[in-house]
Amino acid sequence: MSKKYTIRKGLNLPLFGEPIKELKPSKFVSNYAIRPSEFIGLKPKLAVKVGDKVKAGQAILFDKKNERIKIPSPISGEISAIQRGPKRRLDQIVIRANEKCEYLNFGVKTALKKDEIKNKLLESGAWTLLKMRPYGCLANPDDSPKAIFINGMGSDPFASKPGFSLKGKEELFSRGLEVLKQLSDRIILSIAQDENSDLLNNANDIEIHRFSGPHPSGNTSVHISRVSPLNKGEVIWTIAAQDVAIIGKLFELGELHLDRTIAAGGSGMKNPQYYEVRGGQSMKKFFSEETNKGNYRYISGSVLSGEDIGKEGYIGLLAKQVSVIPEGENTDFLGWVLPGFNKYSFSKAYFSWLFPNRKYNLTTKLNGEERAFVVTGQYDKVFPFDILPNQLLKSIWAEDIEKMEELGIYEIIPEDFALCEVICTSKQPLQEMVRKGLDILYNEMN
Amino acid sequence: MKFIQNIFDASRPAVTSGKLKPLYPLHNALETMMFVPDHNAKSGAHVRDAIDLKRTMITVIFALIPALIFGIYNSGYQHYKALGLLNNDIGWLQFFTLENFLFGALKIIPMIIVTYIAGLGVEIYFAYRNKHAVNEGFLVSGLLIPMTMPIDMPLWMIAISTIFAVLIGKEVFGGTGMNILNPALTARAFAFFAYPSFMSGDKVWINTTLGPGEALVDGYSGATALGQYATTGSTTFSAWDAFLGIIPGSIGETSTILILLGGIYLIATGIGSWKIMFSSLLGAITISLIFNAVAPSMISPEQQGFLSIPFYFHLVFGSWAFSTVFMATDPVSAAHTERGKWIYGFFIGFLGIMIRVFNPAYPEGMMLAILFMNVMAPLIDHYVVEGNIKRRLKRLKLSVK
Repeated sequence: MSKKYTIRKGLNLPLFGEPIKELKPSKFVSNYAIRPSEFIGLKPKLAVKVGDKVKAGQAILFDKKNERIKIPSPISGEISAIQRGPKRRLDQIVIRANEKCEYLNFGVKTALKKDEIKNKLLESGAWTLLKMRPYGCLANPDDSPKAIFINGMGSDPFASKPGFSLKGKEELFSRGLEVLKQLSDRIILSIAQDENSDLLNNANDIEIHRFSGPHPSGNTSVHISRVSPLNKGEVIWTIAAQDVAIIGKLFELGELHLDRTIAAGGSGMKNPQYYEVRGGQSMKKFFSEETNKGNYRYISGSVLSGEDIGKEGYIGLLAKQVSVIPEGENTDFLGWVLPGFNKYSFSKAYFSWLFPNRKYNLTTKLNGEERAFVVTGQYDKVFPFDILPNQLLKSIWAEDIEKMEELGIYEIIPEDFALCEVICTSKQPLQEMVRKGLDILYNEMN
Repeated sequence: MKFIQNIFDASRPAVTSGKLKPLYPLHNALETMMFVPDHNAKSGAHVRDAIDLKRTMITVIFALIPALIFGIYNSGYQHYKALGLLNNDIGWLQFFTLENFLFGALKIIPMIIVTYIAGLGVEIYFAYRNKHAVNEGFLVSGLLIPMTMPIDMPLWMIAISTIFAVLIGKEVFGGTGMNILNPALTARAFAFFAYPSFMSGDKVWINTTLGPGEALVDGYSGATALGQYATTGSTTFSAWDAFLGIIPGSIGETSTILILLGGIYLIATGIGSWKIMFSSLLGAITISLIFNAVAPSMISPEQQGFLSIPFYFHLVFGSWAFSTVFMATDPVSAAHTERGKWIYGFFIGFLGIMIRVFNPAYPEGMMLAILFMNVMAPLIDHYVVEGNIKRRLKRLKLSVK
């Protein structure tokens, strides 16, 4: 079964620095870190202390609420630091890597039952690759989801395209699919309209849907809304296609290999292209070798919803891309009055609309100040859901749980509001608001 | 530009602490007007659109300026024409003259300045009191208010109307973004009901004084087209003159073609809602056609005359065009949902024309229609939102089965 969907509402930001499809191999990196903040819904509890020797796949953290959920070490080595922030919140656990990576072995027994598969995923920490809807947090192994959605697309700016980043891993991908099939009756893979890689060769017995159109056509929420909308009380699990291959490798070799082919884009990159990296690795060397000199923002993830990690930061354990764009520096004299031939705007309020095909070197500048909600109808233009974005945001603002549910907060996660946030006239922090709303709801329900 | 920045930098300590602290919102407003600040995105998306509320507001002002400049010329033109100083044959050569401009400008620019001082004064006070930055909404309201006034409106009345509008129309509801009524129309409605002799009738639309204290003797009728229709059932103005705008009326409302131009600009930039404008047009045409159909059954010849005029007369006379393009589209007081905007706009056009035809005391039905629909907008939105919720519930029920 295969269906085609065209997404009309949305926006592809015209940015410089689109990664070209060339791969640069990995280099040895000596420092790795786990950041608990990357895992939504995790109440972290340490499983190691400074000086402990760990192997790749060994648990670094547990979830206090469900101790079966473990955050794995991406590498073998020694815990060199446990850094805490305000109120002793765990910030990051730093691991100094061995020259040669040793993997914990989780066995290669085949013909496993559903529970054995779950246990293996949980034991190895590969479970953290699965997310759940609603909330977009770590999946709960006790749920039985109505479907598992595999996202084989990337419509974010500079996104890594699974067709390229999984090149050579097609076998592992289909092995991963076999594993997932044991977890749910309904497996749905969404891919781009123009995707013609070998990925699908062995994708038997699963639903494949093709999506086209501007971002967010590649967001899982969009796929869910079109294929099997999420209702109150239902659970869906989601996973990225790149991570399916990691699960495939786990069941093939018995080891957890968190290395990925990521896309690195943005005008700060010397050569925007694909790189082999391992989740959690220090990006200090990478950024100093691969980026231009200047004042840049270094983002693990996309420019729409990634995390600012700084030049010496660590890439997320789950990240599929990094983006490097200039920090905004100067004030703009009478910027709001002048014609603005070189100012990017989704609206046509600046005369840059005269040059529709131009690309921009956008900085991180807010281009204004935060204001009350004034303009309406703006978000709807880039928000392809049957959800009223302004009304939903206002219900979150009012912390009205019943209204949030009625207006469909279950169907979205913060990244779906990223484009609304980009084009917002009032510069409201929409993704933060949506995350807050989901947190309120989660705490109410659990 | 460095020296301007230096002035702001040097004066900042004085307003961030000490006795001048109440002036901080003003300082901040002026500084951010001169320089869009270099704030960077801290959470969420790392890149942001260049648009902000200031640009949105200035876009509306750009759209208003042609009608405003025309209004300045027209005030002078109507004045000199009433005085009998114009030769009727030369036409446009007599319209765009320096004399007309100066006459209008000397009247209208003080009105604009007074409105901004009164309105921004209140805004800055509330910004200080509630510790937020000055919102830009008043940039547009401050221009709209004088443009909806007759030329001879005393400045103190404009000031009081403006203060009333900002206080009661906006700040009591929580400030920009929270108001129910359109602030500019609140000001006009206040003036209309508080000072009716300056806001309605046949004498207020044209300045007919020769100099201070010297009124022109009676005999020149300054009635607007709608005023004429209400009393006689016909008008002496042609639809073409009204389309161009060389008729008496409120300062900004007369030139339909320049308002249309402003409307096109607002739609093209994506700032004004085309749904509201278009549905207001549909509403106005619908009611006009209904009136045309029932006109023969009216008893008085005046009513028959007014009801039977073609729909395009309604679009060019009075304030339908100005209200539809610049007043109905205020996003805060309009319906907030996209479907709601269709209903909201339709009834503005529909009711506006209906009031102007049926109630001769209020030839300006558009103002009342918009204020009424402002009040109704949350109700419209409520039903649109309910519809969305019901669709979701229906889907849930289907999936349970």
